[in-house]
Amino acid sequence: MIRLLFIFLLWPCALQAQEAVALYGPDRDAASTYMVIEGSTDVTPFTPLLEAFAAQNPQFAIRYEQWSTNDIYTRAVAACREGRRSADLVISSSIDQQVKLANDGCARRYRSAVTDTLPEWAVWRNEVFGLTREPAVIVYNRDKVPKPDVPHSRFDLFRLLREPGNRYTGRVATYDIERSGLGYLFAFADAQQATTFGRLIETFGRNHAVATCCSAEIIDRVASGEFLIAYNLLGSYALLRAAEDNRIGVVAPTDYTLLLSRAALIPKSSGNFDGARRFIDFALAPAGRAALTEGHLIIEFSGEDGSNSLNLPASSLRPIKFSPVLLVGLDAQKKSLFLELWRSSVSQIRSP
Amino acid sequence: MLAALAYGRQASDEAYDKLLAGAAFEISRAIAVADGKPFVDLPVAAFEILALAQDDRVFYRVMTEEGITLTGYETLPAPTSMGATVAFYDGEIFASKIRLASVTRRMAEPGYSGNVRVIVAQTTGARSALAWNIAQKALVLLLVSGGMLVVLAMVAVASSLQPLRRIERILRRRESVDLTPLEVAAPREVEAMVGAINHFMSRLARRVDAMQNMIADATHQLRTPIAALRAQAELASDETDPEQLRQIIKRIHQRTRGLSRLADQLLSRALVIHRADAVARTRLDLRKIAIAASEEIDHDDAEAAAHLRLDLPQDAVWITGDTLTLVEATKNLVTNAFKYGLPPVTLCVRGTPTPTLQAIDHGSGIPEALWPEFGRRFARGGRTDIDGAGLGLAIVRSVAEAHAGTLAFSRPAPGTFAVSLILPPGKGARE
Repeated sequence: MIRLLFIFLLWPCALQAQEAVALYGPDRDAASTYMVIEGSTDVTPFTPLLEAFAAQNPQFAIRYEQWSTNDIYTRAVAACREGRRSADLVISSSIDQQVKLANDGCARRYRSAVTDTLPEWAVWRNEVFGLTREPAVIVYNRDKVPKPDVPHSRFDLFRLLREPGNRYTGRVATYDIERSGLGYLFAFADAQQATTFGRLIETFGRNHAVATCCSAEIIDRVASGEFLIAYNLLGSYALLRAAEDNRIGVVAPTDYTLLLSRAALIPKSSGNFDGARRFIDFALAPAGRAALTEGHLIIEFSGEDGSNSLNLPASSLRPIKFSPVLLVGLDAQKKSLFLELWRSSVSQIRSP
Repeated sequence: MLAALAYGRQASDEAYDKLLAGAAFEISRAIAVADGKPFVDLPVAAFEILALAQDDRVFYRVMTEEGITLTGYETLPAPTSMGATVAFYDGEIFASKIRLASVTRRMAEPGYSGNVRVIVAQTTGARSALAWNIAQKALVLLLVSGGMLVVLAMVAVASSLQPLRRIERILRRRESVDLTPLEVAAPREVEAMVGAINHFMSRLARRVDAMQNMIADATHQLRTPIAALRAQAELASDETDPEQLRQIIKRIHQRTRGLSRLADQLLSRALVIHRADAVARTRLDLRKIAIAASEEIDHDDAEAAAHLRLDLPQDAVWITGDTLTLVEATKNLVTNAFKYGLPPVTLCVRGTPTPTLQAIDHGSGIPEALWPEFGRRFARGGRTDIDGAGLGLAIVRSVAEAHAGTLAFSRPAPGTFAVSLILPPGKGARE
């Protein structure tokens, strides 16, 4: 299973196809009900949750399909407009797209005692539910970045990159926000969060930062030493890799750290509403939380840095709130203006 | 209930419409022109305003006058009129009911000039919740104030009925013979009732008095003739001489006739007194009373009737009164005239100056000195020997008083004596 997964993960992001498929529970023919979950999450970190759910609900044959966030969105919109059966549950890290799906009336409402325990920012209209807790972090190479250089905030990063011709020039990476929905979401949130955004993209531009695709690829290249520092990576993937590879260091910026919660949504055209709501309740209940923590999809922010936790004062956390405000970033004109700004300031960013 | 809902609806509509308009203005300010085309740098603040209605879906559309959508939801309905700067209306998108606000901005930039319309819409969840909330509060207020009104009304009724309870207690405590007026401090509203009770009691008292007087009179009047009769009867039982016996029987017969007349008069007086208070008055012609009385006298005593003359005016003499008692009074006038005066007797009716019934005889009449007290309730100790004498005039006076009239004596011509019953004019007198 894991090997199969790796083959898929190495495929370029731009490929518009289902990236991986994993099956859980009994065979489809043997099960009383069949359930399809579409998600943007990699199979490996998501497997503990899916397996725990399948163990508790042996009547379900579960098919998990990993798609890119854009594919998930366009497929859900099409199913919603045409009224045909779609996935039974959709879980995407592009919470802006999930909110838009709900806004456009493509989601089914569900409320239970368990969903009521969600913090206000992680639920909208009882249609979009935040399952995970994943920070946007700075990843660095432990061997090649000396301890005093490790940036613990954006201001550390500015200082480090201030000198022209410093040793990090061309070796800082971040998501290519034109191609990564998550990168765009983080960058857009950065722009809302602080006045440091302008300085940030200007610094990136001056240092020939590399904008490229996909968490796994960037982390690999940090581990190999090709990149020394990567900005705004998804903490869940970074910590998962850091647990296996001690060359990788992970820092949650202390000035503020964006917190993302993967959004689950039951499409209007879900053929298995019962399975979908059970899955949401399970993922939000203690057993589900434990499974997500095991997959590094829930990161704690208390105590020491560890494989599932980062040391960060709670006041530095900036959860990205589920709300129609996220629609602004999806607006075509707004997006083109934002990308234009990005491009003009970070003109030197090269994509491989 | 409906009013409260409508009020809540209106209040929440006003509040949320302002929110919508605020967001639309915010967006319209972010419209700029580049390369001869307007474009929008959608402001996050506008959406943060709209997100105040937490669970409501948000839709927007920026379009040119020509209907070209620059950005946003192309299916969002535009307002029907392009005129107003700000417009609010209801619509639908994705089969959901929405409220829309439209703001028009006039662009006059190099390369582009024209109107750009910003439409912002929201589902009505928060708005309805607020409306319902306001309605509920209004309703609670209404119920509480209504309840307070009811309590106040109950207190007011209880306290205003207090005087009635007091009157009830006073009446209950009274002895059965006590008919004196009530003396209770009462508010204006109850005073009328106390007045009515007092009026009723005074009437009752008058009648009880009249009855007691009558019984006293009757006892007094009847005792003497009955004693005389008994004496004659005792005399007869001892008498053996048939001639003497016949004499006694003749006297007994006379006494009996006198007694019978007396009883008649007592009864007719009782009748007069009873009717004075109890019978409704009608409009009637005094001449008819005189005729009816003369007919009855004719029937009772043909001999007297032969010497009776009627003197009636041409026109009707209208009065308001009770026929029965007036006829009785007239009969008494005439009978009295025959008994104490000398025939012929004239029964005379006059319409002017006031309606008058007059019996004129040719006797000497009653001495002037006795006129003032004559005809009052007959004086005790006098005139009982004459068969019911004075009782007749007492009846006439009673009838006169019951009709608010008077009894008068006069000597219209030398050698004549007249007793008159003078009545106030009736309602038809001027007809």
